[in-house]
Amino acid sequence: MLKRFLLIGKVQIGLAIIGMFTLAAVFGPWFSRTVLEMTPQQVDYMNLTGSPPDAEHWLGTTSQGQDVLAWMLHGTRTSMLVGFASAIIGTVLTVVIGAWAGFSGGFVDRFLNGTILVFGNFPTFALLFIVAAAFQNANWLLVSIVIGGIEWAGGARQIRAQTMSLRGRDFTTALRTVGESRARIILVEVMPHLLGVISPMFLGLIAAGVNQQAALAFLGIGNPSEPSWGLMINWAMTQNALFRGLWWWFIPPGLALCLIGFATTMVNFGLDEITNPTLSSKRMKLMRIFLREKARSTSSHSQKELTAS
Amino acid sequence: MTEPAPLDALAKAEPTAAPAGEPPAGSSPERPRSGSRASRLAGLVYLRQRLTMYLIVAFASILVNFILPRFMPGNPATQMIRDITNRTGAPPSGYQMRLIKARYGDPDRSILLQFWDYITQLAQGDLGQSAQYFPISVNELIGRALPWTLYLAIVSTVLGWMVGTYLGARLGWRPGRRLDAILTPVSMFFSSIPAFWLGLLIVWYLAYMNGWFPNQGAYNNSLPQNLLSPDFLLSVLYHGALPFFTLIIVGFARWLFSMRNMMITTVNEDYVQLARAKGLRENRIRNRYAARNALLPNFTGLAQSMGGALTAVILAETVFVYPGIGSLLTGAQAARDYPVMQGVMLMVIFASLLFNFIADSVYVLLDPRTREVK
Repeated sequence: MLKRFLLIGKVQIGLAIIGMFTLAAVFGPWFSRTVLEMTPQQVDYMNLTGSPPDAEHWLGTTSQGQDVLAWMLHGTRTSMLVGFASAIIGTVLTVVIGAWAGFSGGFVDRFLNGTILVFGNFPTFALLFIVAAAFQNANWLLVSIVIGGIEWAGGARQIRAQTMSLRGRDFTTALRTVGESRARIILVEVMPHLLGVISPMFLGLIAAGVNQQAALAFLGIGNPSEPSWGLMINWAMTQNALFRGLWWWFIPPGLALCLIGFATTMVNFGLDEITNPTLSSKRMKLMRIFLREKARSTSSHSQKELTAS
Repeated sequence: MTEPAPLDALAKAEPTAAPAGEPPAGSSPERPRSGSRASRLAGLVYLRQRLTMYLIVAFASILVNFILPRFMPGNPATQMIRDITNRTGAPPSGYQMRLIKARYGDPDRSILLQFWDYITQLAQGDLGQSAQYFPISVNELIGRALPWTLYLAIVSTVLGWMVGTYLGARLGWRPGRRLDAILTPVSMFFSSIPAFWLGLLIVWYLAYMNGWFPNQGAYNNSLPQNLLSPDFLLSVLYHGALPFFTLIIVGFARWLFSMRNMMITTVNEDYVQLARAKGLRENRIRNRYAARNALLPNFTGLAQSMGGALTAVILAETVFVYPGIGSLLTGAQAARDYPVMQGVMLMVIFASLLFNFIADSVYVLLDPRTREVK
């Protein structure tokens, strides 16, 4: 399933976008230090009031003379860090709780399933806001822990259902009769079957984490000394970038957020095509060809009739 | 995150609701009646389960609100008393001091007693007083802001839903056509735009650059706030244009997808083929036969999405300086006005739980299949 999944064009585009941002997060700050020779905090006194993009500042400067590209590169690191960290935390919680519930059954399952349902029914952002706002100047790790700790429930339900069906299969029963430990059965034998569910879920959590962090930073929650996309938009807004028309300040971070979201939507659409074959784009192409042929044949028919009469 | 799994809950509910001696299908004329009674029961059992769930979630969110300030670094109660003293020039009275401590942690009282105090205050509908605008109660602040937010959230969600569902029905009817090939990826991109950023772009371009629309507020400040005067209503519409536009652009895509995908699966159903075979008009088949059935998930999704829509509205309001919950929340966050933040968030959580429950009820009412007893 994983291989089929990776062969879909939409999935490839989505993964490429996420990969690109990951690279920018890893090498961006280095690039800005050595090639651009700028840091986000550095002030260019020649361009104090915010100048449009030019050869020196590729994305222009902010109203305080700071380089927007340097901000973007450092911001990508924070945003992607939060995305990955929260996705890892969320996925671990999802898999552990989901698989545990699905595999145990009985009272443990009922208890864990209740927990999953309660978390799944929480309006995520409200909870996130109130928890994150409780900590002043929360750093990226704290924000990720909060996001990951709240966002896991949706996937856990899937994992639980999958594990429950796997638990009844012959191979797990066989392993149990052989006397394998439960941990080994879950981790070594069952887990590979769950990868098809886990990997798109992980991507979804990355995008969710990035977006939630951006929304929080936009509302002013988080550490103001850590540049991130949401913080850029917040500062641009609070420092009158709109009024002064400094569009190069707030367009790049928002575009980055859109692209991340777009990438996940693409991946999810690819996933839909596998699980629901009627939506497959290959099939649609066939339908399109069929419709075209049909239209052509009927029109040629009618032409023949015309000439015959 | 908040989508429930109505079907598996129903499957659980069914055995208890199904009468033991159900006659075989179609053999008795009485079947529909007994079926409908049993189905109503199944629906009720299902709704009761959902209601229990929402009550637990509501309780959990109250618990979170109770626990957080008590574990926060720095003592919020003393901090708030200091804030109020700074703002009003005098320390709050003994009675108010007691109230604040009851709400945000009192080292001299046991935690269970504190929780009891907290719950009784909440049960009386008292959310405390704002630290920022001190003597004004949180209830009053929320009461002023909430109508604007609800107006924005409900109207924009319904409009976005209508646009998305209509387009989705058109696209799903003939998938793979040119319109589908263009509109589907485009709206896919639209759906991933953060509402607050799109709002920023729109305000910058349409309000600041071109001056076609007001750049902030919900109505013309120079007019008296009179809901009956046409001038005031017009200014409300004019000021609401940009927020609505933003929220609809961000919101319609998800309805488009779900409607399109449901339509694609519905179009191949037998009853649609039959309608075709009968020679009905294309429009009629699409609207009355295919779309009507494909509409169900979208209908329940509408009520469910209100919780999420509130979040988008809150973020967008900040950009448009709309005098709703969002602006109240950002102001409170900037001033670290904890009572307001807590009160607002509790309201948002309760509101979205309420909308979810409405969604569940609608689901039971609308889809006869969920009420069917096998």
